[in-house]
Amino acid sequence: MSEPLLSVRNLTIDYIGEETDFRAVDDVSFDIAPGEVFGLAGESGCGKSTIAFAISRLHKPPALIRKGSRILLAGRDVLDLDPKALADFRWREVAMVFQSAMNSLNPVLRIEDQFYDVLRIHKGMTRAQARERAAEMLRLVDIPPDRMRNYPHQFSGGMRQRIVIAICMALDPKLVVMDEPTTALDVVVQREILQRINELRKEFGFSVLFITHDLGLMVQFCDRIGIMLAGKLVEQNDAAAIYKTPQHDYTKKLWASFPSLHGGLLS
Amino acid sequence: MNDAILALDTVTKTFGHGASTVHAARAISFSLHAGRALALVGESGSGKTTCARMAMREYQPTTGQILHKGRPFEGAKADEIARYRRSVQMIFQDPFASLNPAHTIAHHLRRPLKLHRPNIRGSQIDATVRELLQRVKLDPDLVAPKYPHELSGGQRQRVNIARALAAQPEVIVADEPTSMLDVSVRLGVLNLLNDMKKEMNLGLLYITHDIATARYVAEDIAVMYSGQIVEWGPTGEVIDNPIHPYTRLLLSAVPDPDVRFDDPRTRLRPEDVDDIRKAAAAPQEKVVEASPGHFARSL
Repeated sequence: MSEPLLSVRNLTIDYIGEETDFRAVDDVSFDIAPGEVFGLAGESGCGKSTIAFAISRLHKPPALIRKGSRILLAGRDVLDLDPKALADFRWREVAMVFQSAMNSLNPVLRIEDQFYDVLRIHKGMTRAQARERAAEMLRLVDIPPDRMRNYPHQFSGGMRQRIVIAICMALDPKLVVMDEPTTALDVVVQREILQRINELRKEFGFSVLFITHDLGLMVQFCDRIGIMLAGKLVEQNDAAAIYKTPQHDYTKKLWASFPSLHGGLLS
Repeated sequence: MNDAILALDTVTKTFGHGASTVHAARAISFSLHAGRALALVGESGSGKTTCARMAMREYQPTTGQILHKGRPFEGAKADEIARYRRSVQMIFQDPFASLNPAHTIAHHLRRPLKLHRPNIRGSQIDATVRELLQRVKLDPDLVAPKYPHELSGGQRQRVNIARALAAQPEVIVADEPTSMLDVSVRLGVLNLLNDMKKEMNLGLLYITHDIATARYVAEDIAVMYSGQIVEWGPTGEVIDNPIHPYTRLLLSAVPDPDVRFDDPRTRLRPEDVDDIRKAAAAPQEKVVEASPGHFARSL
């Protein structure tokens, strides 16, 4: 593997409680190569979202990243950034798409203004430049650019999610963190969106950290997968190996918990 | 079949009027039978919850009628409505919002007993509550005195099932009962619904957007799109030999670890998807029978 883009080393995160602390992430290490899609799978509460938040330093107290943890993005430790460097780092280097991202658009602003907001602050673009860039990005996610004068409520959930992805990519980030980006959408829309992201990452070369509980979907999309259980990364391998030859008992159990479309019929 | 407990007969439901009329359900017909499950599958906005609400008498159909044991609803007397309310029970999607946070689990289960089974009195009530909890595989000593927030999502959904069973229903309408549960507990709840259906000879209307789980609980399936049932029949038949383009699209998009997004042969083309959506959304009266009991609307 070439030099990794993201390198997470011995990441340990506690939620500080009044009496006892809860260890949400326990000594997790993994790498993501440039252009790679890395998946983190596990059930709710296993710490996968906590990792996603930590990577863009969006974690808030009572979450505490323990000493010795390192998150290196292109050689820089994210945990050492000062506020100014951090503001510059978010969106430009790491962009995030959340589970209910379609609800993260500002309901009272037109789509073009939401692009302008990001592009003005990070790139100092004028309105005309921002509009041009927005049109380009919307085309990439199959939304007619003439709709940028519309407000978020005039789009369906799937379209809104695609708009959020377009805004995320407007600054050419190196890494896109996607935390259950399509869980609230139906399967056809989910497939359309992820297929598009897959094509875009081939074209632009960004890496993706993809978080979901749906192992089948993960194998379709990811190059490599890590399986999390109670804060620990219990298995990490190529997508095909996680599917065909899972090693850890928990990975096998996770597979067994999915009803298969073509599997056994009702007895 | 005339032994249906509950049947919708060419039911239509529209919201709004004039140019902004929304056809939430168009000419919907299906029936629920004892000991059998029907899965109503479709994306959000396809009208499946509207159907559930009409079955629950929450919405009045715009046209068409709903039959309870062969008798139409229209003009039903108060005691018939009361019998209906006992006979048809619902399990909701959100296990967090459907239990009252201020009351214990035992309270939730006593209420339907007092309301629907007045012959159960005194110490019998708590004995029945214990029985119901055991039925859904929860430990009565542990769970009965607890409050909803002390239980996990899966446990709460089991309480919801127990509450529905308390009224001794003949039909259960389950609207996305597992979509808010963690993957690791989903199968457990589906298995439980399946067991209940068989042991208590219940008719089950299982509403879901996840066609893969439909195969797990339902003998029959109806695929909805844009207010219409576009294809229906025995679950295995429909899933293995889909005819309608929308059913095929839905099946091809189900996450399948054997299909990589990188593979150009299995790529879904957005323009094809749009074409299928447009064609499937148009009202279509003509129906073709593909094999015995397996029907689809022609395009």
